[in-house]
Amino acid sequence: MALDTKSETRQFTVVGTRPLRPDGIDKVTGRARFGADMTAPGMLIGLVLRSPHAHAKIKRIDTSAAEAIPGVHAVVTRADFPVIGDNDFIADILDNCMAGEKALYDGHAVAAIAASSGAIARKALKLIKVDYEVLPHVTDVDAAMKPGAPVLHEGRANETVPEGMSSNVVARYEFGHGDIGAGLAGADRVLERTYRTEATHQGYIEPHACLAQMGPDGQADLWCCTQGQYMVRDTCAAILGLKQGQLRVTASEIGGGFGGKTTVFLEPVALALARKSGRPVKMVMTRSEVLRATGPTASSSIDIKLGMTKDGRITAGFAELRYQGGAYPGSPVEFGAMSAFAPYDLDHVKTVGWDVVTNRPKQAAYRAPGAPMAAFAVESAIDELAKGFGLDPLEVRLKNAAREGTRASYGVTYPAIGLEATLRRAKDHPHWTAPLGSNQGRGVACGFWFNFGGNTCVSMNIAPDGTVNVIEGNPDIGGSRASMSMMAAEELGISYDQVRTVIADTASLGLNDVTDGSRVTFAVGLATIEAARDAKREMCKRAAMVWGIEEDAVEWKDGAAHPAGPNAGSHPPMTLAEIAAIASNTGGPIAGHYEVNAEGAGVSFATHMVDTEVDPETGAVKILRYTVFQDAGKAVHPAYVEGQFQGGAVQGIGWALNEEYIYGADGTLQNAGFLDYRIPVASDLPMIDTVILEIPNPGHPYGVRGVGETSIVPPLATIANAVSAASGVRMADLPMSPPKVLAAIKGA
Amino acid sequence: MQYLAPTTLDDAVSMLAAQAGDCRVLAGGTDLLVRMRSGFAEPDAVMDIKRIGALREITTEDGGFRIGAAVSGAEMAENAALVAAWPGVVEAAGLIGSTQIQGRATMAGNLCNASPAADSVPAMVAAGAVARLASAAGTRDVAVEDIPAGPGKTNLKPGEFVASIFLPARPARSGDAYLRFIPRTEMDIAVVGCGVSLTLDAGGTCTAARVALGAVAPTVILVPEAAQAIIGTKLDDAALDALAAACSAAAKPIADKRGTVEFRTHVAGVLARRAATIAKTRAGEQA
Amino acid sequence: MSRIHVTTTINGDPVEYLCDPEETLLDVLRDRLGLTGSKEGCGTGDCGACSVTMNGRLVCSCLVLGAEAEGAQIATIEGMAKGETLHPLQRKFIEHAALQCGICTPGILVAAKSLLERNPDPTEEEARYWLAGNLCRCTGYDKIIRAVMDAAAEMREAS
Repeated sequence: MALDTKSETRQFTVVGTRPLRPDGIDKVTGRARFGADMTAPGMLIGLVLRSPHAHAKIKRIDTSAAEAIPGVHAVVTRADFPVIGDNDFIADILDNCMAGEKALYDGHAVAAIAASSGAIARKALKLIKVDYEVLPHVTDVDAAMKPGAPVLHEGRANETVPEGMSSNVVARYEFGHGDIGAGLAGADRVLERTYRTEATHQGYIEPHACLAQMGPDGQADLWCCTQGQYMVRDTCAAILGLKQGQLRVTASEIGGGFGGKTTVFLEPVALALARKSGRPVKMVMTRSEVLRATGPTASSSIDIKLGMTKDGRITAGFAELRYQGGAYPGSPVEFGAMSAFAPYDLDHVKTVGWDVVTNRPKQAAYRAPGAPMAAFAVESAIDELAKGFGLDPLEVRLKNAAREGTRASYGVTYPAIGLEATLRRAKDHPHWTAPLGSNQGRGVACGFWFNFGGNTCVSMNIAPDGTVNVIEGNPDIGGSRASMSMMAAEELGISYDQVRTVIADTASLGLNDVTDGSRVTFAVGLATIEAARDAKREMCKRAAMVWGIEEDAVEWKDGAAHPAGPNAGSHPPMTLAEIAAIASNTGGPIAGHYEVNAEGAGVSFATHMVDTEVDPETGAVKILRYTVFQDAGKAVHPAYVEGQFQGGAVQGIGWALNEEYIYGADGTLQNAGFLDYRIPVASDLPMIDTVILEIPNPGHPYGVRGVGETSIVPPLATIANAVSAASGVRMADLPMSPPKVLAAIKGA
Repeated sequence: MQYLAPTTLDDAVSMLAAQAGDCRVLAGGTDLLVRMRSGFAEPDAVMDIKRIGALREITTEDGGFRIGAAVSGAEMAENAALVAAWPGVVEAAGLIGSTQIQGRATMAGNLCNASPAADSVPAMVAAGAVARLASAAGTRDVAVEDIPAGPGKTNLKPGEFVASIFLPARPARSGDAYLRFIPRTEMDIAVVGCGVSLTLDAGGTCTAARVALGAVAPTVILVPEAAQAIIGTKLDDAALDALAAACSAAAKPIADKRGTVEFRTHVAGVLARRAATIAKTRAGEQA
Repeated sequence: MSRIHVTTTINGDPVEYLCDPEETLLDVLRDRLGLTGSKEGCGTGDCGACSVTMNGRLVCSCLVLGAEAEGAQIATIEGMAKGETLHPLQRKFIEHAALQCGICTPGILVAAKSLLERNPDPTEEEARYWLAGNLCRCTGYDKIIRAVMDAAAEMREAS
């Protein structure tokens, strides 16, 4: 799908405005129904028993005492799930939802129970006896790669991993071009440094929740909070041996996901309990369960070698990235290795990524998965070299910035992109030249994300009174219903309030990929526009029928069919409402459809700028001012675009400063709650200023790019660079918690 | 579990005495309910003391203040006379949790939860606060610093509970302050806490002081050496350096998810210096 | 285990219920009374999604026992709008795009209403500290604070 040729000069009437969201009233009155708000008659409550050990062989599970409690209707263990054949991807998800031979991390599910009340379920859960043989564990990525480290799985390394490495190393990735040695030889200075980041959790406020029911005929229904109801359907069907068409999954309102709800945890277990008990089963995680057993992102350890000339040209960039993704293969190190140097036009660039397993929960996607850590390392190194030469860090980035035609380190050649525009706008912004006080420092950094398209299916129904429903298949995680209604209204030439967008269950619309990769406004928007065009063609046809002229003598403009061309004759235009009103007489209901596996998502870049103040006596870091400059392609609903910029920046601030998974010597998670897993609170922050740039994406009719993920990529380095400027010490180890910053200051 | 809700102190002590099993006193509930939910506490009964009118009041007594065990932090902050006399204690109680927690959490509960990091306790210890304990045997008064026995443990006898806390009368030119260090600006448990209460003479020389530290030992500790470092001085830089050094020397912290030994030891001194400076300013303003 | 009979007032309505002694007010609201607007994000008083007022005082309903509501006046998000008329805070939250996913929104609205009842003209800093016990992971708080400040200004003009 190409950008409409006139888009750059196109005057939009609805797109670019800020209408009220259709789900607003439900969400401010408490009426909106989220995952845990669903109930069903005769419903049981399901709970999960979790491993207290980081790594243990499960020798025996005795559920008899639990099953004997009145009110207990079903107990399941791994024995209640079919054996998965040669599909490692599904087998790993099942093993993560319900442990098999071994518990692989603190919090790993080992059994589950369904009872007539939560109190009975809690009591019965304690009576399940699990005989564990505790095994040595490893939670650190570098320790896990060492020969002799405790091994989680044998035989999971793929063909990319050289012989002789620890079995915990499961994949190797390599990207780049040129000759690193030659490039470094041309540098005036080469910086070599190792950077580390700790695992962080997506931190959505809504814990995972679902309600399952299943009949003996194999028909099942599942309500859950998820980023993708079709993913839930297909994954649960594969795990439980159900037919996809027999399992209908309905997505509730979703209380945040950020990537963490792109897989399943409770859903297959709830279905298994419902199947065994013959009753609806509701399961809701506690916050502790969310932190112990659902996807944090990877922790990382990254070596950088970066060469720069004294005038700021990067001569070569090399990164070796080691990410642990928890107990199963699949850390986002490939994305890290692809994105590390993506903002720059380099002759010599190489990245190597290692995927490592450890005794931690299986990682799940987190907003631009894999990219923030890589950007932290590269953008910190660029900053350090630039400052060492006394150069302006924005100028250095401009000097090396990727542009249209640049061959990216991961192989593609860029079409029109917006990095340079964000850098220039940052340089011209008053923030860049505002005065700073003592112990204060300013930092900048850039970030990149690929964005994604994917399988998308949209229907559009024109009601007899001329109002319109858009039927889409992606949960609305931040205002997408409003954006779809806006694009539909724009394309049809009608007002926003004539359109209502609803989200279908899996039986009511064709497959849609999960809400990930910042794909919804791009791909679902594209499909909505095309579905509207399909409906417009049909409406033009109906008008042609009424007027008795050829279809191609009718054109759609301003919300109505008009006769067009030399042979069309003279007819008063027919509005959408007029055509809809007589649809029964002109061939029946009018609907538009579009199905696509969308490509051309359009990469996105951002530059962030922050002022920090460091307390030299305590190491505390305060965020004083923050500005985001990002290319949105075309901002459909600018307020929601700003919201994505702000939310991503603040998640990045948390990652940079105080969020981390803390493991004890026994491999158990020490901070499984919002008290000590410290996400930013309102009083920690200033306003987050935003500057939206619009460099149209050539792959979308209106020029839309994904915007949701890029905003979390720059903050880690942006803040590290500012803390370094304020304190005089280079922080290469995240989070920059006060004890670490103070130790660095005192050690300097 | 049984839920008990006495309406008089007499009923409360007899109910508590009659409990054979594990009966917990429910004041604000902001610690107890968290413990119950996480399975760390599974009491046979809880006794809610919020229906006892006398325990919900702040009264003046001998020039000081008696604060009922069921008085929340928010209620303390709304008592202007208490805020004027003991701003440090009120601020310390006000640091316990969010606005929502403030609507419930009490100093007595904070004390009996016996966390070494309890925010109100160093401020109370610095203030020379006295807890009044009630039981079927009657009442007795115990210095606040003698209540905690270790993390999660108190020196209360079975059948005994804290009914009120007394903050004594203030001599002229007195001031107190409490500071804690947390990684965020709110919602955290103190990594280090320090309470300072002092009195100046007309010339600005410190004549009396008490300094207490939180989160650097198994219980909140009173640090007499720190007080000695400032008594007889005008809290000049040398005195504040000595105060900070005494606090760092007295700190015997552990390393945990909230901070390292080195960090806590150092920051104990930093906070003592800052808290003493605030207390001095407040004492001066009273003159 | 015997249940406790509680007579209370919720959003002005007289309400009676039976609850287990260990059940929280949040459990009662959500599971017994169908008032699911109050959300459970943590169950430990750290996120504020379950905020309600009890006798005018802002509390986390997850840290109140259902039995404690005897004789109390409880106000939840469900009682904030009057009929079809949204409270100015509710309206401003929609206008300012101060919600993304919406899970924290009920608790933040209840907390913000409590703030403006006590302090009709808060500074930005006062608003940020008052709301520090209400976690939002989507917005970075910017638009929430703007909506609260704007609602406060409108309410001051109207009064």
